Amino acid sequence: MKVPLSWLKDYVEIKLPPEQLAYKLTMAGFEVAEIHRVGELWDRDKVFVGQIVEVKPHPNADRLTIAVVDYGASELVEVVTGAPNIKVGQSGQKVALALAGARLVDPYAPQKTYFTLKPTKIRGVLSPGMVCSEKELDLSDEHETVIILPDDAPVGIPLADYLGDIILDIEVPTNRPDCLSILGIAREVAALTDAEFHPPIIDYPEEGPEAKELVEVEIADSDLCSRYTAAVVLGVEIKPSPYLVQRRLRAAGMRPINNVVDATNYVMLELGQPIHAFDYDKIRGRKIIVRRAREDRTFTTLDGITRSLFPDTLLIADAEGPVAIAGVMGGMESEVTDKTKNVLIESANFNRVSIRRTSRLLGLRTEASLRFEKGLDPYLPPEGGKRTAQLIKEWAGGTIAKGLVDVHTPLPPRRTITFHLSELERFIGISYPKEQVSSILGKLGFELKEEEPQTYTVTVPTHRGDVTEPADLVEEVARIAGYDLIPTEMIPAPSSPQIFPELLKWEEAAKDVLVACGLYEVKTYALISQELLDQFGLSYPLPLLSVANPMTPEHVFLRPTLLPSLLRTLAYNLRFQDGVKIFELARVYLPRENDLPQERITLAIAMAGEAEELSWFGSSRRLDFFDLKGVVEELVERMGISNYQFIPADERAFFPGQTAWLKVGEDTIGILGKLNPDIAEAFEVEEEVFMAEFNFEALASHASSRREFKPVSRYPAVVQDIAVVVDEEIPAEEVRKVIMEAGKPFIRSAVLFDLYRGKPVPPGKKSLAYSLTFQADDRTLTDKEVTKLRERVIRELERKLGATLRG
Amino acid sequence: MLEKIKSLREKAIQELEASADSNSLEEWKRTYLGKKGFVTQLLRQIGSLPPEERPKAGEAANLLRDELTQLYEEKASAIKEAERLQAAKAQAIDVTLPGRRPQIGALHPVTQTLREIIEIFSRMGFGVYEGPEVEWDEYNFGLLNIPPEHPARDMWDTLYIAPPYGKDGNMLLRTHTSPDQIRVMELTKPPIRVVVPGRCYRHEATDASHEWMFYQVEGLAVDKGITMAHLKGVLTTFVREMFGKERKVRFRCDYFPFVEPGADMAMDCIVCGGKGCRVCKFTGWLEILGAGMVHPQVLRNVGIDPNIYTGFAFGMGVERIAMLKHKIDDIRYFYANDLRFLKQFRA
Ligand SMILES: [Zn+2]
Repeated sequence: MKVPLSWLKDYVEIKLPPEQLAYKLTMAGFEVAEIHRVGELWDRDKVFVGQIVEVKPHPNADRLTIAVVDYGASELVEVVTGAPNIKVGQSGQKVALALAGARLVDPYAPQKTYFTLKPTKIRGVLSPGMVCSEKELDLSDEHETVIILPDDAPVGIPLADYLGDIILDIEVPTNRPDCLSILGIAREVAALTDAEFHPPIIDYPEEGPEAKELVEVEIADSDLCSRYTAAVVLGVEIKPSPYLVQRRLRAAGMRPINNVVDATNYVMLELGQPIHAFDYDKIRGRKIIVRRAREDRTFTTLDGITRSLFPDTLLIADAEGPVAIAGVMGGMESEVTDKTKNVLIESANFNRVSIRRTSRLLGLRTEASLRFEKGLDPYLPPEGGKRTAQLIKEWAGGTIAKGLVDVHTPLPPRRTITFHLSELERFIGISYPKEQVSSILGKLGFELKEEEPQTYTVTVPTHRGDVTEPADLVEEVARIAGYDLIPTEMIPAPSSPQIFPELLKWEEAAKDVLVACGLYEVKTYALISQELLDQFGLSYPLPLLSVANPMTPEHVFLRPTLLPSLLRTLAYNLRFQDGVKIFELARVYLPRENDLPQERITLAIAMAGEAEELSWFGSSRRLDFFDLKGVVEELVERMGISNYQFIPADERAFFPGQTAWLKVGEDTIGILGKLNPDIAEAFEVEEEVFMAEFNFEALASHASSRREFKPVSRYPAVVQDIAVVVDEEIPAEEVRKVIMEAGKPFIRSAVLFDLYRGKPVPPGKKSLAYSLTFQADDRTLTDKEVTKLRERVIRELERKLGATLRG
Repeated sequence: MLEKIKSLREKAIQELEASADSNSLEEWKRTYLGKKGFVTQLLRQIGSLPPEERPKAGEAANLLRDELTQLYEEKASAIKEAERLQAAKAQAIDVTLPGRRPQIGALHPVTQTLREIIEIFSRMGFGVYEGPEVEWDEYNFGLLNIPPEHPARDMWDTLYIAPPYGKDGNMLLRTHTSPDQIRVMELTKPPIRVVVPGRCYRHEATDASHEWMFYQVEGLAVDKGITMAHLKGVLTTFVREMFGKERKVRFRCDYFPFVEPGADMAMDCIVCGGKGCRVCKFTGWLEILGAGMVHPQVLRNVGIDPNIYTGFAFGMGVERIAMLKHKIDDIRYFYANDLRFLKQFRA
């Protein structure tokens, strides 16, 4: 809401400098986004209110004239102008005169550019200054004509004193449609600065016939329109509004049209009540019907666009058909034009939900609909209609019909709230003096009646639909008094412990382990594209969740897997890095019928490229399956899980020989392995990619921070190495299991330290070398005991796996 | 005899000075002070001297032994020092070569900021709750005092879930973490002190300061006797813990349908110190979060008696906090996941 201070001053005294006023409004909930100074650049000794004494023809150009201007100085000044509204032979107009040295806006520059005016020869005639258009003075984009100021503009005063202004651009909160008006803001300013508030006096002679003789109003759908008033002004003369009115409208962000339309917009800005003016003579049957569109399918609004209507769209119709879309926009047929003689003024209250729907469905938001959809004061329409009639009479002449046609449903009773002053302390933490409370609420239009000491019955003004209970009154008092007054106090500790999700602890712990393993955490978008899903070729039992109104095809589906997003992130980073190791811990979305989806915390890991960062001591090695597996093992063990195993897996998205399921107990937690190279290729990755995805909730369900202590033996350990040759197909894990079983009870560990294929090991076989550690808790093992165990290990390997001892 | 001692001394000192390393020094020691060394032999010869010469010769020989022993020790320590220096020189490395760094990754800056925020609030007694990202319209709006077609709905551009799961806009991606105020109050009874971190979504075009996916931290405290003074206390403490003890804060009235009275909190600009700059849009203030006293209607909606209990709630954008903290000038970096960005936050 753009609020010119010059206009605001009509209703309230401005006691503070603009910055301080803006600060007060901001603190009270009306954020001033910008303070715009009109005429900031108009030098007081170079830009004046002037008066044209004579207009002479230009000797060398038909389209130019020479205006002789009096600007209060001892000598007149002669300036060349091309303005079509300055004609030879005219005199007496008041103009905005700029002399050499004045800073003006270049009207022909594509972007706003300032220039300093210099005396110029125009077609052979020297012009020491110019008469200015609005654009040159940075008032608007108007450059067709030069400004003609009102006749009573005082000649010779600096223009800044006459047209200079300060405009506050105020962000009005959604719950305060009453402040989408200069008057509403004035009421706030009065309360904030303890100034008097003077609403406009609406009073005029009603000389015409009875309004109800001129028009009949019927509200057919009273659920969508609670009140409709019609006023009539007869015999108007359509012309431009007075210049200062136009100036106010422009300053407030609206375009002047003609005196009648301007009066409707002026009243909307002044009071916050949208007004529509019809050409009375175009209203067929002298009848207004407020009704749903029903079978009416289309309607042409005054912007010339034919719009489709919906059966529930609320219309204003006359005896024969629609004349306006209620609360949104009038129709072309009944619009006020230059030929209009008689005007019907609509000032109504429409159902906010209906207006909002209509405006959305039509994709048409107007100043009127923006106000109606927030809910307006049902007591305001008569005032709005009368004020408009008054201004039309003032600016366009004519006679005002007697009375208003005012049709309405029963008006809501004035709301009252029982307000104990103790509520202030209960919400705010401090008490406010009774006098301050009644003064603040009084200034804002609330009526207070003291029922008992400290208890009031507060009658809410009808324009404050947002105030319904004591908490709302608390806010009114606190914000006008200022939140700065509220003390800063530490909250007492709660009397019982607060909740904390167990899973979150494990998530954070897992992240720390993965980071320690050299992985970077990434966070990718939760919505992915059909294309990304197709590239992975995964299928799901239920259709995936998707967004009904996606912003782009990139972000449509709620992802059921993190893998595609992670692969894309990997691919992106491989363009700049030799090696990439990343993980994400985030939700996947698994649909459920007739319920919100299951949002499962999922862990995904991706790695590819160089295993180590480039360094002077390092070696070059590509990441492989065991880099990934090592990270997974580390993570699982750090989560206190020991009963886990890796089982060869064959899944479409992965490469068959290098993929495993991770199982903990009987639960399959997820998969890890080499990505199917075709998928990697689809993401333009030539490297071998290793990825894993785990159901983190399942993993965490096995996690524990408890470790079972085993005493550290004080007796020496004996280390023995063995190397065995087994068939290629026998998994190393099998060999280890046999060793550990056979070495009981004194074997402590069997560490694989060499894996060898090739001569002299026969083809189809491999050699595995283990370092075995034997130890007892209560004594030193004898050589004999160790030898016996070692022999048993070898025997069992031979018997169970067909292994042979090597060398 | 004394002559002999004198010449032995001269010779010994001369040879000692000539020895340059520990090998030749040990050789010298053997030659003079060893069991069969000249000085030892000399001492043995004293006994065979005539008795009258013995005392003088004995004294001179003992003196010589002591003197040579001391000289040897001095020389030995000098040689040892020289040899140590030499050895060190031979094994010298270029200590400016880069060290062997363990390869450690890093948490995403949003995770780091979330942890910091949660940690600060947990020190003030706040627990943690996490709610669903796919929400009912009723929770995201209705129970928060924003019924269908309420004009305040325009404050949140919403992504709705398509059929068959979403029906007539009843299911959506939460636009804020505020629905979890409702969920927390349904789950537990006062006293409540809880923060809710989580992803939120808006139907919004992205630019340097807007993302359609972002993190919020919601806060909620409900108890007997909770006031706006507590709200100011908790949030002022948060800002000063997060951004420094010297931060100034400003609370002003603002409107959110689920709080009354409503507020937003700003702190003095950490870039310009309040003088006005591009970051604070020349206001000197940076808006950090929206807050307010829980609306009595919201309490009634979850069956908490607003005449007995009061509460406050707040919500903040995590990326904005991280951006201010690290001077990140474009929110789009967060979900682009460029390692050249992520590696800058190895904390
Ligand atoms: Zn700043």
